[in-house]
Amino acid sequence: MSDLGSAFALALHLVIGFDPELGEIVARSLVVSLSAVAIAAVIGFPLGGVVAVYRFPGRRAAIILLNALMGLPPVFVGLMLYVLLSRAGPLGALGLLFSPTAMVIAQAVLITPIIAALSHRVLRDLYQEYREQLCSLGAAPKDIVATLLWDARLSLVTVFMAGFGRASAEVGAVLIVGGNIAHVTRVMTTTIALETSKGNLALALALGLILVLVAIGVNALAAILGSATGPKGGQVSWRHGRGGR
Amino acid sequence: MSILPLQLRNVSLRADGRVLLDDLSLDVEAGPKTVILGPNGSGKSLLLRLCHGLIPPFGGTIRWRGDDAAMARRKQAMVFQDPVMLRRSVAANIAYALRLAGVDRGTREIRIDDMLARTGLTDLRKRPATVLSGGEQQRLALARAWALEPEVLFLDEPTASLDPGATGAVETVIEDMHRGGCKIVMTTHDLGQARRLADEIIFLHKGGVAERAPADDFFERPASDTARAFLEGRLMW
Repeated sequence: MSDLGSAFALALHLVIGFDPELGEIVARSLVVSLSAVAIAAVIGFPLGGVVAVYRFPGRRAAIILLNALMGLPPVFVGLMLYVLLSRAGPLGALGLLFSPTAMVIAQAVLITPIIAALSHRVLRDLYQEYREQLCSLGAAPKDIVATLLWDARLSLVTVFMAGFGRASAEVGAVLIVGGNIAHVTRVMTTTIALETSKGNLALALALGLILVLVAIGVNALAAILGSATGPKGGQVSWRHGRGGR
Repeated sequence: MSILPLQLRNVSLRADGRVLLDDLSLDVEAGPKTVILGPNGSGKSLLLRLCHGLIPPFGGTIRWRGDDAAMARRKQAMVFQDPVMLRRSVAANIAYALRLAGVDRGTREIRIDDMLARTGLTDLRKRPATVLSGGEQQRLALARAWALEPEVLFLDEPTASLDPGATGAVETVIEDMHRGGCKIVMTTHDLGQARRLADEIIFLHKGGVAERAPADDFFERPASDTARAFLEGRLMW
């Protein structure tokens, strides 16, 4: 019990004292996850819009696939990328295995379906409301996708946050393709796993605390943005039919 | 060149095996304000959407004069029962429609100012459109349609959700647009409004035109039993 107590004390000391090693790990985590979510957003937002607006053969299958891919197991993604990026693999020549870039790719692969599926739901609902008016104004499908992406921008920030939350909490994929190398590919989640197994609970707890704080912060931000968008727009569930003006 | 008259020939519409509009033929000419009346489910809104090209007919033809679909598209506008407000400012809602119509930036600004003034929305131009009241939103929807300088304006129960004051404001804008040369085709279930606005009535019943007459004749001397029953509030379906 006193072990745990002292570990907590040390953890707080590390957090409050801005321990440089801790800071490095936190910074790398944020850079990797933010890069991954940025890539996922660039692909996922338009993809969600296209699936919401365009009618093409296989559209239903695409939606089902997107939703199913939201539950992609991180260790599986890690394994597949490991095979692709390993020296003997098809992309081995790039020399990306055990680099932060490989971790960004892994997280982007995991997050893109989440961003695409969530933004599809948001944009589909907004499209329901806008469809007749935009058709009446003579908007082409590509105009409609652009309009929906812009008008749902605040809801899409929430989607971005959800993607970031998932990316920053993920451990399986980045552990496999990153390798958890000190000062190179060590991020919060992989360090927690390593330090816990080494019995170094203080550092693990300190990182755990920060991870929780990041998660709470992201959710709080999403909630604030969500409520702020209510009457002004972006929030698509806000007004349907005649009520609620 | 005018896109009117609009000709509907033997138009039908079905959904899930139900006949919604049946073998309907109709000419819509330039000039009078045309009001489409009929009980709920008679196909009023569907008829407007067909004319405006939002839904394709199941059978029959819908032809604008000149047969130039692209030009016909540009020369008509529609206002819906629930105004669709883009999540942007009041002015940006109008600018959006003008940009899609290919109006250049300088002209856009002039028309936005003009339309906001005509609809009494000038003070609200920077406000997010979604925070406006129902009446203000419908006036903005009208301003947005008007800015396109349409030759034909379709209105689907534009005041169904509004109080009498807001209804009056909307009717004033409709009258102004008509005076400016815009053909008005609207549906309503408000008989008072139909009496105030209509020059001619198209009375729909069970998916077909049951009667078409100048407004005064229709209200004073309805020719058909169904129209008489409708005006007396006895027509249930």
